Amino acid sequence: MIALADLYQGFRDPKVIRSLAQQISHYASQVEGKINIMEVCGGHTHTIMKYGLNQLLPSNIEFIHGPGCPVCIMPKERIDHAATLASQPDTILVTLGDMIRVPGSKGSLAQFRAKGCDIRPIYDPLDTLTIAADNPDKTIIFFAIGFETSTPMTAVLIDQASQRGINNLLFHINHVLVPPAIDAVMSDPLVKVNAFIGPAHVSVISGAKIYRQAVETYSTPVVVSGFEPVDVMQSILMLVKQKAEQRAELENQYSRSVSENGNQTAQALIDKYLTIRPEFRWRGLGPIENSALMLKPEYAHLDAERVYANVLPQVEIDDHKACQCGDILRGLCKPKDCKVFGRGCSPDTPLGSCMVSSEGACNAYYRYNGVNL
Amino acid sequence: MNSVTNDKVIQLSHGGGGKEMNRLIKEIFFNAFDNAILRKEEDAAVLHFDGNVAFTTDSFTVAPIFFAGGDIGKLAVAGTVNDLAMMGAEPQFLSCSVIIEEGFEITKLKTIVASMATELKKSNTRIVCGDTKVVPKGCVDGLFINTSGVGQIIKPDVSVRNLEAGDCIIVSRDIGRHGAAILMAREGLTLESELTSDCANLWPIVEQLIAANVEVHAMRDATRGGMSAVLNEWAKASNVCIEVKEDAVPVSDEVKGLCELYGFEPFDLANEGTFIVAVPADNAEKALNVMQQFCHCQTASIIGQVTEQQNNQGKVILQTPWGSARYLDVPQGELLPRIC
Amino acid sequence: MCLSIPSKVVELHPDEQAVTVDTMGVKRKVSSHLLAEPLALDDYVLIHIGFVMNKIDKADAMESLALYKEIVSKLEQQEREA
Repeated sequence: MIALADLYQGFRDPKVIRSLAQQISHYASQVEGKINIMEVCGGHTHTIMKYGLNQLLPSNIEFIHGPGCPVCIMPKERIDHAATLASQPDTILVTLGDMIRVPGSKGSLAQFRAKGCDIRPIYDPLDTLTIAADNPDKTIIFFAIGFETSTPMTAVLIDQASQRGINNLLFHINHVLVPPAIDAVMSDPLVKVNAFIGPAHVSVISGAKIYRQAVETYSTPVVVSGFEPVDVMQSILMLVKQKAEQRAELENQYSRSVSENGNQTAQALIDKYLTIRPEFRWRGLGPIENSALMLKPEYAHLDAERVYANVLPQVEIDDHKACQCGDILRGLCKPKDCKVFGRGCSPDTPLGSCMVSSEGACNAYYRYNGVNL
Repeated sequence: MNSVTNDKVIQLSHGGGGKEMNRLIKEIFFNAFDNAILRKEEDAAVLHFDGNVAFTTDSFTVAPIFFAGGDIGKLAVAGTVNDLAMMGAEPQFLSCSVIIEEGFEITKLKTIVASMATELKKSNTRIVCGDTKVVPKGCVDGLFINTSGVGQIIKPDVSVRNLEAGDCIIVSRDIGRHGAAILMAREGLTLESELTSDCANLWPIVEQLIAANVEVHAMRDATRGGMSAVLNEWAKASNVCIEVKEDAVPVSDEVKGLCELYGFEPFDLANEGTFIVAVPADNAEKALNVMQQFCHCQTASIIGQVTEQQNNQGKVILQTPWGSARYLDVPQGELLPRIC
Repeated sequence: MCLSIPSKVVELHPDEQAVTVDTMGVKRKVSSHLLAEPLALDDYVLIHIGFVMNKIDKADAMESLALYKEIVSKLEQQEREA
């Protein structure tokens, strides 16, 4: 029998981390050249920063923080969409947590809320049902964000609204997909990334299989990892071993929660309502084909993008010319190499995606750079 | 004559300066806060001091008004009393201004005033002047309270600028309880737990520290911004580096659970009866012994020290149990659940 | 979108497709719409924005923890010998 506490403490045990660090060093010394590991998921970036795991690794292992934070990769025109929708009369815009902090071209949703727009950050998408039922004379718009992890929750919300006969709820879908983002990073001929830590909870939903193609196409190892520091250290060990043995395979460190095929119920719900969007612009990476989802044509009447098509701004808004987030996300340069880093661009006034949230590479460097620990 | 208790809710007339207002003030506030200075009903209270006096003010707008472990009334007294106590001043006199929303239930107001009275007794503090305003529905959220406080300084030279290399940093109890309790009580996060706010009057414990002659360099209650804010202010104001051992900081399981669920850091959560004190290393044991005699401070712990790191002056460094270190930053922006 | 912490199922609400879970003493009602098979009391689950995402495989977790123990004792032995 395993106690719940073991699931926290066992996977955070300092002794285990120290032992794993030793083994990583041992195998890394057998690898020629650098091991540039990209963690695609913001949750892993957070673990690496919070536990200081990068400080425990040998110098030939480097992390490249990937495009894995759904808030950071949102282009400004999509945030402008949210602001425009929130500014419509008799409208309530509902969205998840810290989305409301990110500035669009005319300010953040928090600033629009201060101007009088009814914008409600929620934690649980199903709370939207209560808001819709309590405000029958208003239009509620759910601004849906997130990777594969958060997509099924939106699908449940659509499903529940229809079952409960709620007809004042619309959706603005911004769900994005991990595999096309990996392709976008790897397709650059100069790319330095040569190993991936696969997202944890994206994989709980979609299954480990979604990385198989990337492993084969780019001959790059991928290890699906849990979020605890021991998980991440063990995954790094697995990657380094693959490198030392010159293998490139898909391995699953997080087998207590991730299966090959993922959560089928969740996938079926997504397939019922959503379909692949031909193209989506990622902040920092630019347009990527088939990299996001949208409502199926038969649900067009629920799609805020179509219902409000004539008021939503269609102009694409690029980041500052000097911003080098794209290169940083591909591991081609470091935040310090960017001309605007720390000058025009800081966590208070982010010019590019990597500075937006605490999981972004530039944000982390801004706060931790110059640390003499 | 009608009694105010016949009314069920506050009406605009209760702030109109006439009979109704008089009844409200006499029956509810004077009854609870009764003392000779207040009873004189002059335009201003006349006070007498010898020596230096500390003076502070704070407004309380907590939502919800009632939470596990306290209410806005307890908070309004404890908060201002604690600000005085943290300066080594005896909290002697408070003012009390209340802005009430039309339609506020009078039974609730009575409960709030009663908890203010209870909290005042703990530090022998008196409310000597006050004001009541009633505003139309929707202009405030239930009720706001402002309290200002004055008190004679008994222990001089307690200051954010007085930290010295070698000082021990002590926290009085497990951190983050008030912030966590309020978040749990908020709509939207429908949570249940045994957790209560740490809201408490800190003068009794500070009085004992002073009586035991503990040499206090700096002392501050870790309210909004939590422990992170206090330590960063100290590090900057005294131009020193503060190193904290992460696993030495007491945190209750429930606060940890909430932080895990929503991506908060216990160091950033607010407290209302938890303070941090910097003392020379040879005074640390003595301080701990005094603090741990109080039941809410049995988990008082030395969490770190002030060091002479030349290149980290003004910074707070967290030493993790995993052999790494990171800066402990001041929390930024609205406290929102982290989603990635 | 990666905040998620193991929690224990402590109450079942099959009519509402929901369960109550406990995370270190904090209890919360969450949706079980995304699970095909029913949950049981004392199951460990991952929660993400108000939903159960999956059931944690306890046997698998125990295997990992046993492996870590082995790794640690190996290292300690090496250090003793060194």
